[in-house]
Amino acid sequence: MDWQAFALSLRLASVTTAILLAIAVPLAALIVLGRGRWLAAVEALATLPMVLPPTVLGFFLLVLLGPRTAFGRGIAAVLGHPLAFSFDGLVVGSVIYSLPFAVQPLVAGFSSVDTALVDAARLLGAGPVRLVSSILIPLARRSLLAAIVLSFLHTVGEFGVVLMLGGDIPGATRTLSIVLYDQVESFDYAAADHTALLLLGLSVLALALIYSKTRNRGAGRA
Amino acid sequence: MLDFSLDARRGSFQLQLECAFATDWTVIFGPSGAGKSTLLRLLAGLDDPVHGRIALDGRALTETAIRLRVPPGRRQTSLVSQQPALFPHLTAAANVAYGLSGLNREARTRRVDEMLELVGATHLAALCPQDLSGGQAQRVALARALAPSPRLLLLDEPFSALDGVASDALLARLQSWLRENKVQTVVATHDATDALATSAEVLLLRDGRRVALGPAVEVLAPERGRLLVRLQMSKST
Repeated sequence: MDWQAFALSLRLASVTTAILLAIAVPLAALIVLGRGRWLAAVEALATLPMVLPPTVLGFFLLVLLGPRTAFGRGIAAVLGHPLAFSFDGLVVGSVIYSLPFAVQPLVAGFSSVDTALVDAARLLGAGPVRLVSSILIPLARRSLLAAIVLSFLHTVGEFGVVLMLGGDIPGATRTLSIVLYDQVESFDYAAADHTALLLLGLSVLALALIYSKTRNRGAGRA
Repeated sequence: MLDFSLDARRGSFQLQLECAFATDWTVIFGPSGAGKSTLLRLLAGLDDPVHGRIALDGRALTETAIRLRVPPGRRQTSLVSQQPALFPHLTAAANVAYGLSGLNREARTRRVDEMLELVGATHLAALCPQDLSGGQAQRVALARALAPSPRLLLLDEPFSALDGVASDALLARLQSWLRENKVQTVVATHDATDALATSAEVLLLRDGRRVALGPAVEVLAPERGRLLVRLQMSKST
């Protein structure tokens, strides 16, 4: 078992999920509470990575963050190293790739909150931050949990973007999915079995967590 | 004094209205679909008119000509709807305290106690909305709306879940408190008994237009016949 890749996958998924939450919560609130036709374009843009083939997204990011573009050169000058083929680059790619998996559950959850409650909070002086933190998030807890788990699992299991943008550098960009690919490539099916089982176990564990929370809450109400 | 001139649309419904409410207690009376709730939402700043102006005591709250729109939370306006819309994850006391974030803890607690006592809901403080009856929830919603000391109180059929006696007692207590605290009140109702119960100024509204504005006894004179028939029918059943 490649524990280094396992730790890297968990680290990548944790960092990505934290960044995604910081972006997705205000973005979802803006989509649900905002006014204006341009919000439809924002929502479509946030959903785009879901329908874009991962390799295509990875390729675009590789070009954008590479030394061929002024943007890529600018980032390299600021950070001291190019983003492509680095852990930081993987984080950028993962955040973009998993964005819909964080935004969509939150949009669904926030939309399901009764608008009369939102109106009541606004009348009582709640600004956007208080409205989200004291009304939308507590009343859409399940959606928040779903957004966290989906973002985390989606990042753990991502392959196309990682391979395109990060390559296969041990300790820096080699994640469990890449290890599994390498093991299959070299016909090491016994090792591939273990890696695949580990990935499967992580997914099952996370889903069990979501459903147990949902069930407990349902039982508590009855 | 509340004065407004509004042209607003909601789907195919259009509300065109120009009024000035000079008295402390004004009743908006009209059948379902007359535009009562639409008007209250506009006054509260929850919806925007296409054109128009709303001013409270001479201070403009909405003025489309100069793109002025004071946000709902800064209009010193509270709205209580037929559906109490209490925050389900907070206790009754926490609901009442929600609009008091500017006060320190001690002052907030004192104000919450005072408001719950006013509406006869002190014993409900620790309960969550799902444990309250419809009437109890309306009392708590009223306490929540009054807590931040609004200058304008908008009530949209707020006593519909209370029985007659409880409603009358609460109304008497409430009116006295509102007069004392100089809160201008606008009540929307489709029930003529509610409108006649107070010696108020009444705006008769139909299809989004003003039919009449004046003392209740004058404006509602044509409704009296229908009201007597209804009272007789309710006695005979």
